[in-house]
Amino acid sequence: MAVQGTYLGMSLDINDLDVENLAYFKHCAAHAFHLQKCTKCGLLRYPPTTACPWCMSGQSDWVPVDARGAVHSYTEVHHAIQPAFKAHTPYLILLVDLDTQKGKPSEHEALRVVGNLVTPDGTLAPPDMVRRVGIGTRVRMVFADVAPGLAIPHWTIDDSAQQPAKPWRYVQE
Amino acid sequence: MPMPAEIDTTSPKYLRDKYAIVGVGETTYTRGSGVTTRALGTWAVRNAIEDAGLKASDVDGMLSYQSGDSTFSTFIAGDLGLRLNFYMDVFGGGSSTEALVGMAIGLMEAGMCKAVVIFRAMNGFSQVRIGGTGARAVAPVSGDALHMRAYGWQSAGQMFAPSFMRHMHDYGTRPEQVAAVKAIHSEHASNNPKAFYKKRFTVDEVLASRMICKPLHLLDCCVETDNGTALLVTSAERARDCRHPRTLIRGVVGRCSKPRTDMHYQHGPISTVAGHYARDILWPNAGVGPEDIDVTGSYDAFTFTTMLQLEDYGFCKKGEGGQYVSDGTIRLGGRRPNNTSGGHLCEGYTHGLNMVIENVRQLRHDADDSCPIGPDGMRQHTYDYREGGCRQVKRCELTANLGWANPGTGSAMVMRRD
Repeated sequence: MAVQGTYLGMSLDINDLDVENLAYFKHCAAHAFHLQKCTKCGLLRYPPTTACPWCMSGQSDWVPVDARGAVHSYTEVHHAIQPAFKAHTPYLILLVDLDTQKGKPSEHEALRVVGNLVTPDGTLAPPDMVRRVGIGTRVRMVFADVAPGLAIPHWTIDDSAQQPAKPWRYVQE
Repeated sequence: MPMPAEIDTTSPKYLRDKYAIVGVGETTYTRGSGVTTRALGTWAVRNAIEDAGLKASDVDGMLSYQSGDSTFSTFIAGDLGLRLNFYMDVFGGGSSTEALVGMAIGLMEAGMCKAVVIFRAMNGFSQVRIGGTGARAVAPVSGDALHMRAYGWQSAGQMFAPSFMRHMHDYGTRPEQVAAVKAIHSEHASNNPKAFYKKRFTVDEVLASRMICKPLHLLDCCVETDNGTALLVTSAERARDCRHPRTLIRGVVGRCSKPRTDMHYQHGPISTVAGHYARDILWPNAGVGPEDIDVTGSYDAFTFTTMLQLEDYGFCKKGEGGQYVSDGTIRLGGRRPNNTSGGHLCEGYTHGLNMVIENVRQLRHDADDSCPIGPDGMRQHTYDYREGGCRQVKRCELTANLGWANPGTGSAMVMRRD
């Protein structure tokens, strides 16, 4: 069933036809991260797609995935485009390599999952937290609730993980 | 231009030198055009046809590209009284220019038409802001955008920044190296009376400008402008009857992509861009290599895009782009100047088309700078590249345009002087 919600001033809308996104965000709403696993080649994929990017199979199952990994790259936004983000600058957009399936099916591939850096309750991170995170930082997934059937997956610092001594950050602070 | 002996120029596959760009047209690069995209497109196409010395009845094909922000071929053709045998308006931005030249060649090769005009008309400042502010920032989020815009990941700068950042991480590329692209393009723009920004900037000024999204300062980002631009393509044979020295098309590639065009970051290395693939089509098609090129037009939506493409198309070793763009090579008077008009960072933003126009003029040896015009109607170039002076490259015989849609998709073209 279609889902609508408002998140950070944006109207989010998943219509009835978009079955892949409905399934993905329904799991997120239960604070569980699931991805499609190809029934033919067994590879996971992100974001949701209709067919398998590696073997073209149209068959897949939604399976739970351990949502932990390391920051592969990021940007720190100082000039927000969407109005509601302006109150939260600077905010981080993270590309996170999941530990699951990293380096597969080829060396430079990974399930590279997007999210903002947030506090554990799903709020965009404050500046002192933003300054602690860079390439290599270990993160874990948390969720920002939007509406029934819709939560946005995000990343927060994984305090239980062994962190790099100094994550790589852009030189000019 | 002498051809290396080992190159088979008879290959029917590549159509080298069989087609030419015979006309270029543009409107003022401005903010606040005060007219519709239909008017901008009409003027640009008309100017391109006149530049070629042709008439409306000589042109029977039209192509354009846009992203829901412009008029269509049907209106431009109607305005100018063109009867078309083919037209198509495609969705897309900066990887379209060279790719559409390739399509135009294909159309003519298929016998579907005989002269094709390509236009891009946009009010990129006063209507649909290219930077993504305004109406686009508050549009509802659905489908694929749920995995992007919901994260405040929307503008081109925000979308591309992870590639740029990772390049600095992987190769030690420094901010001041990349900022040199803006400084150098601004020097070129200061010799371009048409440029929207003619002021020269230093590397320090780029680095001192406010941060937009790391690693992009304000002055690492291109200008938003309103303008119409057009190219006219026809056979090299017909080009003999046109007004200017022939600008022959050596080879084209595009839209060439990395894997996973749905989200190219799924396939690494993310500090590598589509040129990594495109170069293996471009150079064999053109029968030349990067070392042969006199002038480049590497798309400068951002300082970084120029660097990444020059690197992946093979103008320097992978990882050495920072050195290449900051050691003087790409400056007027250097070994291989880039974007001699000032490009998107300074002249105006056209989704790539003005960079092809500039290289056509360079190949005609007729860059429209402030040098005096002689009795033959051609500028008497001084090759003095100081502010307000010349921007014609000496002995410009061969150029390469490297178009960019995003890190995952690009197009390119090599042209030569007859």
